[in-house]
Amino acid sequence: MTNRNLLAANQRAGEVFVALAEPTRWRLLGLIASRGGGTATTLAAEVMISRPAVVKHLAVLDRAGLVEGRRRGREVRYTVRTEPLASTGRWLTNLAEDWDQRLAAIKRIAEEG
Amino acid sequence: MVPDRIEREIMIAAPVERVWEVVTRAEHLGAWFGDAGAEIDLRPGGAMVLRWKQYGVYRCVVDEVDPPRLFSFRGAVTADTDTRDGNSTRVEFTLEPAEGGTRLRVVESGFDTLDVSPDERRKFHDGNVEGWAVKLPELRDYTERAAT
Repeated sequence: MTNRNLLAANQRAGEVFVALAEPTRWRLLGLIASRGGGTATTLAAEVMISRPAVVKHLAVLDRAGLVEGRRRGREVRYTVRTEPLASTGRWLTNLAEDWDQRLAAIKRIAEEG
Repeated sequence: MVPDRIEREIMIAAPVERVWEVVTRAEHLGAWFGDAGAEIDLRPGGAMVLRWKQYGVYRCVVDEVDPPRLFSFRGAVTADTDTRDGNSTRVEFTLEPAEGGTRLRVVESGFDTLDVSPDERRKFHDGNVEGWAVKLPELRDYTERAAT
C-alpha cells in the first residue's frame, strides 16, 4: 500500500487546484496554450475582461507554475508550462489507486469477518 | 476544470455494521490504512493517529460520526504534522445497505485548499523549467479521468 505522504512530495498540487478553480484562468491558460503565448494586453482583448484583472489571474497561474513570463520590451509574454498539470494528474491517479487498494483491504477484512 | 475530489466505491459482502467496524476501529485502521497501528477517539473532534513503518505518524481529526452510515475526518497531508486549515484534506466514508451486503463509498476532497509553503514554492519554481508543446485538453481530460 502506498501512502498519504505522496501528498507531501506534491504539495504544489494544491496551488494548481487553486489556480484552476477559477473558470477564467482555465480560459486564459487555454488561450495561452493554443496561441503559443500571450501578453496581458492580447489576452484581455480576447477574454473581454480588463487588463488589470488579467494581470491578477496571470499572477496566480504564475505562482502555481502553470505559466512562465518573459519580458519583451514593455510587455511580459507568457507561455504555458504543462509539467505542474501533468504531475497533478499523476498525483490524483496515485491517490485514487491508493483508495482502491484501501477499499479492497477493507473488503477483505470485512468479508473474512 | 481540475477536480478537487476523489470518489471511489466498492461492494462488500458483509453487513453495514461489520463494515463500520472495519472502517472505524483502531485495530483495523492500523491494518488497511496505516501499516503500524492506529488510534482513534471516535467522536467529532476526536484525535485519530495513523502510523506507517516507513513514513511516520499522520495525525487526523474526526469530523462526523453517524454509525453505521457516515464517518469523516480531516487529515494533514504531511507526516508528523497537526491538522489545520491549508494542510489537510477531508475524507468521508458513506456506508449503504445494498443487495448482498454494503456499498462503501469514499470521497477525499479539499485539494484546492492546500496551501504551499514559501519554501516548497521556491523549490518548485527553481525546478524543472521545460519548454512544452501544449496539449491542454488532453491534460485536463487526464486529470478528470484520474479523479473520477
